[in-house]
Amino acid sequence: MLRKSGAILLVAIMIIISACGSNNNNKVESSPSATKSPEPSPSPSPTASESDSPSPSAKPVTIKLLTYTANGQEETLKAMVEAFQAKNQDVTVDYEVVPYADYDTKLTTLLASGSEPDIYEVGYENFRKYAAKDLLLDLSPIIAADTSFNPAIYKKLAYDAFNYNGKQMGVTESFSDVVLYYNKDLFDAKQMKYPDASWTWKEELEAAQKLTDPKAGVWGTYAPIQFYEFYKTIVQNGGGVFDASGNPTVNSPANVEALQWMIDKASKYKVSPALNDDTFNQPDADLNAFLAGKIAMVRFGIWNFGRFKDAPFKWDIALEPGNTQKAHHFFADGLVASKNTKQSDAVWRFLKFFTSDPDSVSKRIAAGWSVPAVADDAVMDAYYKQTPPESKKVVIEALDSLVLPPVGPKPEKWGELQTAVVEQLDKAKLGRITAQKALDNAQKSVEALLSK
Amino acid sequence: MRMVGQRKWNRRTAAFVFLLPAVLGLIAFQLLPMISSIFISFSDWDLLSKWTQIHFIGWTNYVEVFSNEKSYTSIKNVFIFLIGYMPVITLLGIMFAVLLNRNIRAIKLYRAAIFVPVITSWVAVSIVWRWLLNGQSGLINYALSKIGIEGPIWLQDDHWAMVAIIAVTIWKDIGFVSIILLAGLQDISEDYYEAANLDGASAWSKLIKITIPLLSPTLFFIITISLINSFQVFDQVLIMTNGGPAGATSTIVEQVYRNAFQFNKMGFAAAQSWVLFVIIFSVTMVMQWLQRRWVVYER
Repeated sequence: MLRKSGAILLVAIMIIISACGSNNNNKVESSPSATKSPEPSPSPSPTASESDSPSPSAKPVTIKLLTYTANGQEETLKAMVEAFQAKNQDVTVDYEVVPYADYDTKLTTLLASGSEPDIYEVGYENFRKYAAKDLLLDLSPIIAADTSFNPAIYKKLAYDAFNYNGKQMGVTESFSDVVLYYNKDLFDAKQMKYPDASWTWKEELEAAQKLTDPKAGVWGTYAPIQFYEFYKTIVQNGGGVFDASGNPTVNSPANVEALQWMIDKASKYKVSPALNDDTFNQPDADLNAFLAGKIAMVRFGIWNFGRFKDAPFKWDIALEPGNTQKAHHFFADGLVASKNTKQSDAVWRFLKFFTSDPDSVSKRIAAGWSVPAVADDAVMDAYYKQTPPESKKVVIEALDSLVLPPVGPKPEKWGELQTAVVEQLDKAKLGRITAQKALDNAQKSVEALLSK
Repeated sequence: MRMVGQRKWNRRTAAFVFLLPAVLGLIAFQLLPMISSIFISFSDWDLLSKWTQIHFIGWTNYVEVFSNEKSYTSIKNVFIFLIGYMPVITLLGIMFAVLLNRNIRAIKLYRAAIFVPVITSWVAVSIVWRWLLNGQSGLINYALSKIGIEGPIWLQDDHWAMVAIIAVTIWKDIGFVSIILLAGLQDISEDYYEAANLDGASAWSKLIKITIPLLSPTLFFIITISLINSFQVFDQVLIMTNGGPAGATSTIVEQVYRNAFQFNKMGFAAAQSWVLFVIIFSVTMVMQWLQRRWVVYER
């Protein structure tokens, strides 16, 4: 019995093996390049595929794309990719969308195993890190050779954000910034003037004091105390994390004063929720509070416009008040190509199309997927026309005073740098140490980090 | 004779074939990573560099583990956790085990109920507890306010965050501990108690002279497992406080994760995890030594 079934098994295995073998043989005989191109080549001449590379349009290629900003915009991405493929019949784009929270870990793992996609999306901070690690394809020679391409189609600042040491290593895809949102109804109720570009912290505080109504649970102004808010606020006071030559200046007097102001809004002037207010430390709590009409002025990213589309009150945006100068966050997302890509031609065609082609950009605008970083006002008109907010041009005006994330001279230490500063901000926020002491500590940690 | 030998061989082959999938998995996903982590711990690998760009830097990573302030904080925090967690869970565990050992109606329901947190995912549990522990609108502080206590802002307060983590971990693990102890209790033969009753022993001396000694193998197991788990506290910390506020709940595994995947310091993280291994190994050895002194085995 056992022996019999064993014999049957043996025969079965032999059949499978021989089948595989003959298959292999057939392949090898018919076309030596079969392993390279997935389609059965109609003309099995070995010279055509091996030695001289044929014209790029003849050979179909697949490029891989990894993105995070498309999370929630998968349909738009699909439409954009299809539009590209329609114009570039020889290229297939194999895309994958990964949520932002897991994106970095996933991409890092792919890079570590050498299986990264041809094109992937990065924010400015990570761009610096990957560029410094020499993982990205230098596009400069391709750009120089492409006569049909003019970098002036992009907003210069956004385009230059992906330039590393004089090499263009990515193309900006979209940008976003942070502006002051305000609840018009709350201002109207007190018959007050709306915030405008001339406002400084002083006017903001005065207005906030009038608008704060503890009984109704209404706060005059709000901004969280965290790293991103910190590095921008200190610039509004003429400070900064690094000086012009890249030395850390975390505990400069201007920075200490700015941090004190951030804390004072809540603890001294009481125009913001208490710093240990747990409810305001929950994710999206500030957004929900604004939507519930409980905050008069608040600093939010422009990617939140859609959330307040149906708000039961009138609202608008303005430039952020600064103290000695204006400063606004600037976040750029771009596409970069892997240094190891074998399809640099197809990759470049896709980068160009995806970031600047009117066909692609218009789809992005219609779907409200960030702001495309193109300079052409005709293209941008559609974006401006979408309201609320009415003062949509503020989004662009804010770029005149933008602050890039202070990545510093060692981009690979960016994560650690943030954590080191945040730990001290937390201590100052809890009132365990003074603003001065917190930033002295932070300065020491940052110095130690950069000296290694 | 030949037949016997062949059967033996057949059985060995069969055993090997059946074990193969598990063994392959072990080798690929446990043994190889462990071995390579030894090499990585002596290197400056940052996940992004190719193998050819890696430098071996000797003991530098290990030196840094012992000079890095954050490493110290995380080790200190784990010991704080242990001090708060171990005695409470052991005592509560015994108490619940004794209660669950009663022969009352619906006892199986109680036993199942206490076990539910154990099989619930840490992620879900942590998120729910984050709501319950909310300083302003959480249920815990509401209940405390009813008895006249103004609760702290648990997870946002560096003095209270670890207390909250310990309490939630006890709540989640108590089911496991008490069910294991319950099994240990039920394993103790009734004969001893009957004999003790005949001799007129008090309830206290029955507990000290019979229950505790005969429960000691189970207790030993529980304490060892809880120790190892305490050193590996991670999920709840990552979700409830993310190591904050101001590093008050930063633990060893949390630091390993952060260094490896957020700061790209794979070499340093590997060194940290080997230091953690040595700590756990030594603690377990000490426990083994202690075992000979106080654990009583029947027969």
